[in-house]
Amino acid sequence: MVVLRTEPVTIGGVTLNNHLLLAAGVLGTTGASLSRVLACGAGGVVTKSIGPQPKDGHAGPCIALLDDGILNAMGLPNPSREFTGELSGLGSKPVIVSIFGGDPEEFAEVAGWFKGMAAGLELNLSCPHAEGYGASIGVDPDLVEKCTRAVSTLGMPTWVKLTPNVTDITAIGKAAERGGASAIVAVNTVKAMRISTALRRPVLGNRYGGLSGEAIFPVAVRCVYELYEACSLPIIGCGGISSADNVIEMMMAGACAVEIGSAVQKHDITVFETIKNDLYAKKGIDPAEIIGCAHG
Amino acid sequence: MDEQLPVQVTLTEIKTETPSVKTFFFDRTFAFEPGQFVMVWVPGVDEVPMALSSPNSVTVQKAGDATGAMFDLRVGMGLGIRGPYGKGFTRGEKMLAIGGGVGAAPLLPLARSDCVMTLLLGARTEKELLFVDQLDESTDVIIATDDGSLGQHGYVTDLFKEINPAVYDRIAVCGPEPMMRAVLAAVDTIGFAAKTEFSLHRYMKCGVGICGSCCIDHEGLRVCRDGPVFSGEQIKKSEFGHYTRDASGRKKKI
Repeated sequence: MVVLRTEPVTIGGVTLNNHLLLAAGVLGTTGASLSRVLACGAGGVVTKSIGPQPKDGHAGPCIALLDDGILNAMGLPNPSREFTGELSGLGSKPVIVSIFGGDPEEFAEVAGWFKGMAAGLELNLSCPHAEGYGASIGVDPDLVEKCTRAVSTLGMPTWVKLTPNVTDITAIGKAAERGGASAIVAVNTVKAMRISTALRRPVLGNRYGGLSGEAIFPVAVRCVYELYEACSLPIIGCGGISSADNVIEMMMAGACAVEIGSAVQKHDITVFETIKNDLYAKKGIDPAEIIGCAHG
Repeated sequence: MDEQLPVQVTLTEIKTETPSVKTFFFDRTFAFEPGQFVMVWVPGVDEVPMALSSPNSVTVQKAGDATGAMFDLRVGMGLGIRGPYGKGFTRGEKMLAIGGGVGAAPLLPLARSDCVMTLLLGARTEKELLFVDQLDESTDVIIATDDGSLGQHGYVTDLFKEINPAVYDRIAVCGPEPMMRAVLAAVDTIGFAAKTEFSLHRYMKCGVGICGSCCIDHEGLRVCRDGPVFSGEQIKKSEFGHYTRDASGRKKKI
């Protein structure tokens, strides 16, 4: 297997300790939890998505563990502006705040709270199970461009996380690029559902949810591959990554870093250290040699 | 990972334990360690974490939407159960257990496993004392009530001051958080914080260590996966006894 050399990496205006980030929505509700994940080897962390008003999220069940993935519908629970208090202990660490809003003005408002408090922002234009937010906006290239511009003009590194639940993800990627994004994160969860045959009803309180984990890795690789052909922004691959070989594969598709989420459930927080041990070596190669090498 | 969709159970008996606590027995048993919890799904309402009080029961105090809806359920109706999850109590050979209110629920299976020598049981008043008879069959129960209606007039922490803790190799505690924090202060002064374990309760969404809603400061420990049972040493410098977070993640004083 390909191994990479160890060095800090700068992607979309954010300097990371390594190529492995904690994905949004996973262990990102408190500052202490984010610190713990960084101490466990993550090169950077993305917080829980923060919105304009506090939200309790959907009624449970909010999660269903499947053989090769996780189905969830949390419903964007977040403490809103109070979250700034969680970041005070994190200093200059590579923390990216995930934000959401219902329109460009709300995105700009929430983004403004974190100016000078975080390394960058990730726009959640992709949550598949929150009405009026996330993918409700993220499937419309015009709205994606406007929301991205509303944040990118504030001057912080602006990453845009895309939904795979569209016919042509490159149209959304290009919209983010026009809006001034500094990087694209692909992808959020795949809209999905399961039904309890015993209870004769959907297993999630919200009925619909988002599928993550190994089951969606091929979808994520395809999206990254398509975006690499269509856009010139750096791409952060996300979706079912659980091994160093998955990281290499994502890079060959065109990703220059990855986000890891569901693997934390299966392999626990040590997954970052495990992947790092397999991925890096002193005599490893320059990642630039493999990023996008599967194209052409 | 193995598929862990909720298992459907049917209620076989609903027993009123105290004016505010009921035990719901169901038609399936779960292999578990005392202190582990299950996610209980009340269809159409919500899903909440609850300690198992036996292999086929949960013992519940009416608190929010889901527990309120459970109090309206009847025998024959169904629930969904995921789990058991988390880390239970570490067993000793000569244990002391300390329970307050509905916190006696996870201590009953511990006492029934014949490792508890003494159990200090507290409640607001005599009628709210939980599992007195069942616990009495398995261990030596000493009672305190806030209003003095039965046993010693006062708190379980007052009972603790009157026993010789050196007799016990481990201590298991479950109850309201202010009571548990007072017990932690008492065991810490005699150097017992490492061998005393506390069962914590926090708002949970996933129950399996991924969403982060139950993380406690300042180490970021997850109550659902690193706990819910923690040693006093692990949590004495934490938010335990001071504050918690609500469903949105906002801090609330205890």
